[in-house]
Amino acid sequence: MRDIAQLEKVGRQIRRDIIQMTTLAGSGHPGGSLSATDLMAALYFEIANVDPSDPMKEDRDRVIYSKAHVTPLIYSVLARRGFFDPELLKTFRKLGSPLQGHPHIHCVPGIEMSGGSLGQGISIALGTAIAGKMDRAPWRVYCLMGDGELQEGQVWEAFMAAAHYKADNLTAIIDKNGLEIDGTTKDVMDIDPLEKKLEAFGWHVIECDGHDYGQILYAFDQAKQTKGKPQAIIAHTVKGKGVSFMENNAEWHGKAPNQVEAEKALLELAD
Amino acid sequence: MEPKATRFGYSEALLMLGEKDDRIVALDADLAKSTSSARFRDKFPDRFFNMGIAEQNMVDVAAGLALSGKIPFASSYGVFVTGRAWEQMRTMVCYSKLPVRIAGHAGVSVGADGATHQALEDIAIMNVLPNMHVFSPCDYYETIKATMAAAYVDGPAYIRFGRAPIPIITEVDSPFEVGKATIMKKGSDVTVVATGTMVNEALIASADLANFGVSVEVVNLSTIKPLDGETILNSVAKTGCAVTAEEHQITGGIGSIIASFLSLNLPVPLEMVGMGDRFGESGEPFELLKHFHCNSCEIVQACLRAISRRQTSRVVL
Ligand SMILES: Cc1ncc(C[n+]2csc(CCOP(=O)(O)OP(=O)(O)O)c2C)c(N)n1
Ligand SMILES: [Mg+2]
Repeated sequence: MRDIAQLEKVGRQIRRDIIQMTTLAGSGHPGGSLSATDLMAALYFEIANVDPSDPMKEDRDRVIYSKAHVTPLIYSVLARRGFFDPELLKTFRKLGSPLQGHPHIHCVPGIEMSGGSLGQGISIALGTAIAGKMDRAPWRVYCLMGDGELQEGQVWEAFMAAAHYKADNLTAIIDKNGLEIDGTTKDVMDIDPLEKKLEAFGWHVIECDGHDYGQILYAFDQAKQTKGKPQAIIAHTVKGKGVSFMENNAEWHGKAPNQVEAEKALLELAD
Repeated sequence: MEPKATRFGYSEALLMLGEKDDRIVALDADLAKSTSSARFRDKFPDRFFNMGIAEQNMVDVAAGLALSGKIPFASSYGVFVTGRAWEQMRTMVCYSKLPVRIAGHAGVSVGADGATHQALEDIAIMNVLPNMHVFSPCDYYETIKATMAAAYVDGPAYIRFGRAPIPIITEVDSPFEVGKATIMKKGSDVTVVATGTMVNEALIASADLANFGVSVEVVNLSTIKPLDGETILNSVAKTGCAVTAEEHQITGGIGSIIASFLSLNLPVPLEMVGMGDRFGESGEPFELLKHFHCNSCEIVQACLRAISRRQTSRVVL
């Protein structure tokens, strides 16, 4: 039996980390970290075959971050899952820290690939998935993507190729929070109707509420069972989720809270 | 005046250009706030196009606009607008010599975003393109002038600006001419050719060295291409040694550019300050400049090395 209350607790812990890390650093990306928190908590704590005591084990599932600006989330979820000491989170974005503003492949255990340039992670994930299929490997590839990121042409090149090569061991997790930097995706460059586009590109599409753990887990289960097609989980999310004054506000894409704001946020995120 | 980020000079110029010439259009790739092109968007919404996070498409759309008589300025992070869209710039824009202007923030002083977002190769990959103009202004006022001038050059242009506030070291009415380097300080012992943020560092180095009786000539290379060979030759003929300073990879940057120019025209001892074939890191802008040896202390050391090499080579001769 899956423990949803436990996942919710983990989610709140990660959200508190996100606030503390960005406040301490004085920069970073809270909005898109908070929108994808529940997706990543579910993936790392319930779904993905990963082992912090053996982070490079051969049969691990590979998680590739295509929207890699959400390092507060990435580092927090890895630390809380046991890949490294959460104390290190305090050094985020400081000179000399392994926790760079955008992840480097060799920075901490659990990071599969460097990232920070949008639109490329999905191609990396596809190459990884194709290699897995060549070797008849049991592991799967998960790729976290932003909705603004889908504006990159390369994303659609990868989508086309993934269906062409029947990469059914590849699951794209699309954080559809409706916002990017300059405003809503609708105003900046509309990506809808997304599920129709993905289906037309040969993908199996699964939609879910990206903050409902029951729905998230069900979506991952369905993805795993899909044969012959790559799968896209379109997760409907709220950018800045969990912090009232950040929710649905593009201002908080790449801005750190100050001390007062952080305290207010932490109060809302308390257990 | 307070220090000011050069990116705001870019948008200030766009506003002035937009006012007097309605062929001016601006494009951005979901970074209008960061590059500050949002100011143009707010004033001239009909002449601004947010292309979304799609830099390659943005640059070729700008080329199409240019083909039809518009004067497009397209901006993003320097890394993405020059790097992601490089082949579009090469084969479509530069080969056809279209008046497309691209611009972005560059250098380690981009700060805590880290290596992925710190353009340290942009000068190299833009300078190598035929027909290109490369501007690397040293402060807010000069960025306004470089952007204004870029609008009307014959062919494509790249304007490199910065994200962190830096001191203002020129005047509103200081001269600026495309393809002309300016002497910021006269001197006789060593020539420092600096660009962008490093011009101010060179001035500081020159003041420090003056205390020890060393006279430094500071050349501000605000246009990197076309290169102002005459100003550099005149200065180096007088001083007999030179130092380059840039917030960019030395290889392919003005280190390489000045080295090849001087070795063909007037070989003298040359020292180079800049990024030494490595990626940047996360940190505070000025902390990073120091960490990566891109500051006045390094320029002082490089000047002393250049002068001492000149003296030894004279003995050998
Ligand atoms: C190629 C590239 N262009 C631009 C950027 C700058 N950038 C970082 S995040 C971002 C917006 C991303 O929006 P979205 O994908 O919706 O992410 P989220 O809302 O989940 O934060 C942009 C434009 C980048 N990192 N890479
Ligand atoms: Mg988004």
